[in-house]
Amino acid sequence: MVDDGDDLVLAELDDDDLVQQMHDDLYDGLKAEVEEGVTILLERGWTPYEVLTRALVAGMTVVGKDFRDGILFVPEVLLAANSMKGGMAILRPLLAETDAPKMGKMVIGTVKGDIHDIGKNLVSMMMEGAGFAVVDLGINNAVESYLEALEREEAEILGMSALLTTTMPYMKLVIDAMVERGVRDRHIVLVGGAPLNEEFGRAIGADAYCRDAAVAVETAKALVAARKHNQMAAVG
Amino acid sequence: MADRVRVIACGALAREILAVLRADGLGHVELACLPADLHLWPERIPDAVEAAVAEARQAGVARVYVAYADCGTGGLLAARCAALGVEMIPGPHCYAFFDGVERFEARGDAEMRCFYLTDFLARQFDAFVWRPMGLDRAPELRDVLFGGYETLVHLAQTEDPELDRLAREAAARLGLRHERRVTGYGDLAAFLARTA
Repeated sequence: MVDDGDDLVLAELDDDDLVQQMHDDLYDGLKAEVEEGVTILLERGWTPYEVLTRALVAGMTVVGKDFRDGILFVPEVLLAANSMKGGMAILRPLLAETDAPKMGKMVIGTVKGDIHDIGKNLVSMMMEGAGFAVVDLGINNAVESYLEALEREEAEILGMSALLTTTMPYMKLVIDAMVERGVRDRHIVLVGGAPLNEEFGRAIGADAYCRDAAVAVETAKALVAARKHNQMAAVG
Repeated sequence: MADRVRVIACGALAREILAVLRADGLGHVELACLPADLHLWPERIPDAVEAAVAEARQAGVARVYVAYADCGTGGLLAARCAALGVEMIPGPHCYAFFDGVERFEARGDAEMRCFYLTDFLARQFDAFVWRPMGLDRAPELRDVLFGGYETLVHLAQTEDPELDRLAREAAARLGLRHERRVTGYGDLAAFLARTA
């Protein structure tokens, strides 16, 4: 997906071609071009939410799929994410002013003893792109940090990330603490990170293990929808 | 004729394993290495190890040992080795067993901002760190990838001024402080002694 023309003028493309070009530019990690595309679509009267979903999220979904299939690797994904971040920076204040759908709220952070945040940052960005409010606690989070944030933010979802075999067991301490305090059932707990797997997620009592950012978004959407459905059924 | 003994190992350990086998008079042990770059896809390690174990058994090897730590498999390699009835090296990573797993684990969170290089990684820094992380193509990613680290710790298996120089150079390229810690072969030597 490398641009074969030197003098492609984004503003001269029609909407469909521009969106396709933006997907290509995201794929190639061309931040300035993605930012320019976002600005052009907004000037053409697109809503911030349309730009976000059709141009940025759809483009990043292709990147995520090719990462999962082993076509792209971490550096390429990071460059694409950096481009999306550029577009998001333009859209974020506009989205806050509009009535873009609100899917729910997530508190997310890397566990205690672990400073790795690349996967977590990708999940944060994709969740935000999917309409979730995200409170990112950063790295090296102790049990209290998670629990305080969940209560303070009234977040439905807790996301925990770990890259190390040595730090992933900490997730269980957080979930056990939630159980002890009687708040486990109030939240959907999603876990992820390179050494994790579904079996580990089940064993520690998480609701789901998410192998990548795209899966995290789909899982969060599905579990939030199921929870709403169950709540309505209980009321009905 | 004595039973055949084979160690199935990560390619990143080949030089060190041969050195220990030679030094400890374990010349009867066969070594079969899997590609070191399997670490880029840890989920592939258990299948690769299982295939190598099957191959060894088919070849008539009586005792098989697996010279891998968990290596990012999240316990899956340990479970597979247990199912196969073969012994592997305890610990999360090779840098932990070179350091000595007990000592490594005792350091705990105090070293969470340390990035470790073994002699192998010092020697192969470009092939196994710099290029796979895309830093040859996008050097601006350096701080995204390594910004959380503060110190590069070279866990030195050998006294080698050239490796020392390479490790210092790697630290400078990553923008990290350099520290050298001589470990020797750590728990690897005790593990290989079991093949006697």
